[in-house]
Amino acid sequence: MLSVKNLHVTIDGKEILSGLDFDIKAGQVHAIMGPNGSGKSTLVQALAGREGYVVTDGSVRYLKHDLLKMTPEQRSREGLFLAFQYPVEIPGVSIAFFLRTALNAIRKQQGLPELDAIDFLGLVRARMRQLDMDESFLSRAVNEGFSGGEKKRNEILQMLILEPKLIILDEPDSGLDIDALRFVADSINKMRNPQRAIVLVTHYQRLLDYVVPDVVHVLSQGRIVKSGDAELARQLEKNGYGWIEAEVAARQVA
Amino acid sequence: MSTAARQLEELIGREYRHGFYTTVETDRVPRGLSAETIRMISDKKNEPEFMLEWRLKAYHHWLTMTEPHWANVHYPLIDYQDIYYYSAPKSEKSGPRSLAEIDPELLRTYEKLGIPLKEQEILAGVAVDAVFDSVSVATTFKEKLAELGIIFCPFSEAVSQHPDLVKQYLGTVVPYTDNFFASLNAAVFSDGTFCYIPPGVRCPMELSTYFRINAKNTGQFERTLIIADEDAYVSYLEGCTAPMRDENQLHAAVVELIALKGARIKYATVQNWYPGDKEGKGGIYNFVTKRGDCRGDRSHISWTQVETGSAITWKYPSVILRGDDSRGEFYSVALTNHFQQADTGTKMIHIGRNTKSTVLSKGISAGHGQNSYRGLIKVLPSAENARNYTQCDSLLLGNQCGAHTFPYIEVKNPTAKVEHEASTSRIGEDQLFYCSQRAIAPEDAVSMIVSGFCKAVFQELPMEFAVEAQKLLGVSLEGGTG
Repeated sequence: MLSVKNLHVTIDGKEILSGLDFDIKAGQVHAIMGPNGSGKSTLVQALAGREGYVVTDGSVRYLKHDLLKMTPEQRSREGLFLAFQYPVEIPGVSIAFFLRTALNAIRKQQGLPELDAIDFLGLVRARMRQLDMDESFLSRAVNEGFSGGEKKRNEILQMLILEPKLIILDEPDSGLDIDALRFVADSINKMRNPQRAIVLVTHYQRLLDYVVPDVVHVLSQGRIVKSGDAELARQLEKNGYGWIEAEVAARQVA
Repeated sequence: MSTAARQLEELIGREYRHGFYTTVETDRVPRGLSAETIRMISDKKNEPEFMLEWRLKAYHHWLTMTEPHWANVHYPLIDYQDIYYYSAPKSEKSGPRSLAEIDPELLRTYEKLGIPLKEQEILAGVAVDAVFDSVSVATTFKEKLAELGIIFCPFSEAVSQHPDLVKQYLGTVVPYTDNFFASLNAAVFSDGTFCYIPPGVRCPMELSTYFRINAKNTGQFERTLIIADEDAYVSYLEGCTAPMRDENQLHAAVVELIALKGARIKYATVQNWYPGDKEGKGGIYNFVTKRGDCRGDRSHISWTQVETGSAITWKYPSVILRGDDSRGEFYSVALTNHFQQADTGTKMIHIGRNTKSTVLSKGISAGHGQNSYRGLIKVLPSAENARNYTQCDSLLLGNQCGAHTFPYIEVKNPTAKVEHEASTSRIGEDQLFYCSQRAIAPEDAVSMIVSGFCKAVFQELPMEFAVEAQKLLGVSLEGGTG
């Protein structure tokens, strides 16, 4: 599904990712973990195509596409979805209108007819029932005055409606209480299927108690330095990141 | 420059869509202004003596005045002797009595502008009075309205058919001595729209005027007078366009609204005059005086404006809250792009008891646009329990534009409550990225964000106009060719 080779990314001339390699297949869930400043956010933003994240070397294949040649909206239309850690407010624009515009842009790309307001509402209502969300949510302005938990719910709702092929979640567990965390984890589990790949980027292991990943990667100083199964995450929880960084340093000396 | 900033630049660098002009033979009075010009205009319109006298009084008063320069706008001096004060399509000299008599070239112009002039299109439910340069070329739906006693006709027709009403109300809200541009208008105004709603009648359709400046070097000086008699209701729409021309054209209109006891007038404008080109060359100078008088108790006047055109906008639709329990509202979206300048706002004059006013202003600046809100809230000693709420928000696109706010508050009664809130924000790169990550193209994202910003004002527009205004804002900001 996604194949990242030797990716180098700089921000304001400073190299943040230094030769990152990473592969994920359809049907898998991968977790990318790492300490603050290891390059997690940079990876996420660069994959989504954010301006200012300059790729100086390497390649990224996504399905049949050269991802790095695509604009952010093309990536989205081809099924790449990023759940933001800090989604922005768009005052005066209702979630219903925003989401219908997004969905129709994707449907257009797929050669499907646009959904009118009524069909769209039918679809959204069904999804919201699954999420146990109140319908009044739809008429609120996008993220305006939302609590941290509401912002995450809004990202999750969009993820369910847009049915992406590749989902990248940037710190989906940050700032959530245990109930909200369960809600996010349950929603992610519902999205798991053989046609879809999910990348969880997280600092802490606690989300991984609820969403068990197939592969765990550790990111340090702009590279993936260790990969393993869910057990690796538990080790990190117990021992911190220090031992891995020590291991990497030892390797570099040798 | 960053990509996002460049994209924004491209989006706001669009072309004007209504910039064509129509070749029709015109009948003009010679260039320049004198008592003689005014006599000729009055004569061409077969006006009764009282109108000519009024015009001449206005002209002599105007001669004693100087052009005001307190607004936050800058432009070269206007040569008032270099303007044609009257220009009419020649075939209209005797005045059309049905659509069939109208020059097909004119009808095609209105068709291009999307105005529902043809009878079959009128099913849309909008009665239109269209003013082309200086004369009114067609008024639709007149018979149907007449059954209810509603008068909706070109101003010149009102002068000859309903002189008593004109005499009774003309200049009672905006006197010919009011200000430089209003006096000029009073002297030379060539046509406009007159509307009278009798007591207790609720006008069953939106009334509409469409103004277009076509001829070169022509000023447009139209005058609109709307009277809602006791407990009457009317909703009125005004739209404007002009061809693209390199030189500036002057538009100095006057609108007077009068609401008697219990009456309600809603007045909406979507103004899309030619704003000038990307370098700031050409465009309309829009120096307009609009004022409503809540003359009776419980009367209610609201102004809603969407200002996207004009090189310079100078207008302050105001309400005099004379009757007890009367209400005044002003809802405004003003967009300045390229080198456009807008100095706009309102005046709410509280005289009666328990009078309420609401002001909601949304200014959008892009390119090198300069956008100023200027508002006066005045509460006189007689206005017990007056209330005002003002909110002014500015949105900046790019970093070469400006937003300014000049609120003036004068309160002479201690029971009054006056609130003012203001904010300034910028379309963020993070907002655009968020939208594009949700598959939304940048130009759609910008118009979505701008529409969201303006939502509270659009809600005040009649449905079909709200859709139109939303599109217009989109076009005003996009690179689309239309």
